[in-house]
Amino acid sequence: MLAASDLRKGLKIQIDGQPYIITHFEFSKPGKGQALYRCKMRNMITGNQFTQTYRSNEKFEKPALEERKMQYLYNQGDEYHFMDTENYEQTFITKEQLGDNISFLQDNMELDVLFFDERPIDVTLPIFVNLVVTVAEPWAKGDTSGNDTKPVTVETGYGLQVPPFVVEGDKIQIDTRTGAYVTRVKE
Amino acid sequence: MLDQKRLQLRAAFFQAIRSFFQEQGFLEVDTPIRQPLVIPEQNIVHVPSGSHFLQSSPELYMKRLLAAGCEQIFQICRCFRYGERGRLHLEEFVMLEWYRLDADYTDLMDDCEKLFAFLQSEMKGCHFPVSLHAPWERVTVDQAFKRYCLITPEEALRQDSFDLLLVEKIEPNLGRKRPAFLYDYPVELASLARSKPDQPEVAERFELYVSGVELANGFSELTDPVQQRSRFEEEYAKMDASLQSQKKMPELFLQDLARIDQAAGIAMGLDRLFMLFIAKNSLDSAVTFSPEELDK
Repeated sequence: MLAASDLRKGLKIQIDGQPYIITHFEFSKPGKGQALYRCKMRNMITGNQFTQTYRSNEKFEKPALEERKMQYLYNQGDEYHFMDTENYEQTFITKEQLGDNISFLQDNMELDVLFFDERPIDVTLPIFVNLVVTVAEPWAKGDTSGNDTKPVTVETGYGLQVPPFVVEGDKIQIDTRTGAYVTRVKE
Repeated sequence: MLDQKRLQLRAAFFQAIRSFFQEQGFLEVDTPIRQPLVIPEQNIVHVPSGSHFLQSSPELYMKRLLAAGCEQIFQICRCFRYGERGRLHLEEFVMLEWYRLDADYTDLMDDCEKLFAFLQSEMKGCHFPVSLHAPWERVTVDQAFKRYCLITPEEALRQDSFDLLLVEKIEPNLGRKRPAFLYDYPVELASLARSKPDQPEVAERFELYVSGVELANGFSELTDPVQQRSRFEEEYAKMDASLQSQKKMPELFLQDLARIDQAAGIAMGLDRLFMLFIAKNSLDSAVTFSPEELDK
């Protein structure tokens, strides 16, 4: 159990059977009065947010969260299948739950999957992924248009802006936190 | 960590406070920071220090000095309150307390107006966030609850929502144009304050606010030892059972109360006041170091 005095930004607590993360936190205490802990929280499954002020006598449960190392196998429609690299158990995560992470999933990629109550609710990608450019306009030497980037598409179907020298078949590194181009990768 | 300029300002700030009180004829005193027993207050958790406790306020010793005949005294000291950490809270902070014999809480309000005006004139290059022209706003707790919460403070106490409403609905409105005194608290929220002679359910206690920030708590002292003892007993009854070891009646203090006719005292958080003078909105930006700055 957690006490109100444990509350702080970034702490995860369980409310009505759902896992929440505290996104904003403020301690206050009027003169001679009770300590008050004002928390803005985000539901880690639905994304819904709400604000609540707690008092010092309130107690909280830790959500049953567990992070497991898993390997991405394949997708079948909207179901993305993963395998636990320790016990080889397989599970799937829906496209909706994965959200933007889909843009950076590669076959056999290892990542951390967050489970709540034995259900996968989130994935943490490696910070950098290397992906092959599948669609790019050729680099027109002597291009005087002055553009310092151009659009390309990578093997996962994700589109981004890159420097003009990147061509089809190049492997590029992308920062999964921002989705931005980092560098061209030499094999 | 404070930069060079603000370190100098902080030193000038303490210097100016001392000058003000010395010029008014106050005696600067110092009392033990480690105390063998604590003021019974249900909402303060004291920090143990060996067999003693670090003070949450020097008030019991200060009032014993009044009983010994000191007429006007002040102290600048470190106080400690466990678990109080936030934008406007530090577990260790600097307190200013001053006391006057033969005075009541309105005399302390006048002192505040004069002190701030003096500090503004001494703190070159600082601009206080609100006008300091006297008289400052004075609003009773009753008026504030009716105005901002549409209920009476008694009703809020019954619903156990007094503190929450005060913090969320009232405080943000206080001291916006000039400092504000919120005064005349329900007596159950002022265990060391005197009741109003014509209104025993209300205590002569006030809090000072600037820009929604609570700066000071002052009151006309309760000097009746019998009444004070029963107030302390009520407070003990409300304290958490785990704090049993702290339940020890301050007998010498109670004895001394009988020797004081009338007095008033106030405690002011100096880190917060300095924060306002240097136009910051967090105590971490107003103290030389926040305690975490030696960690990691």
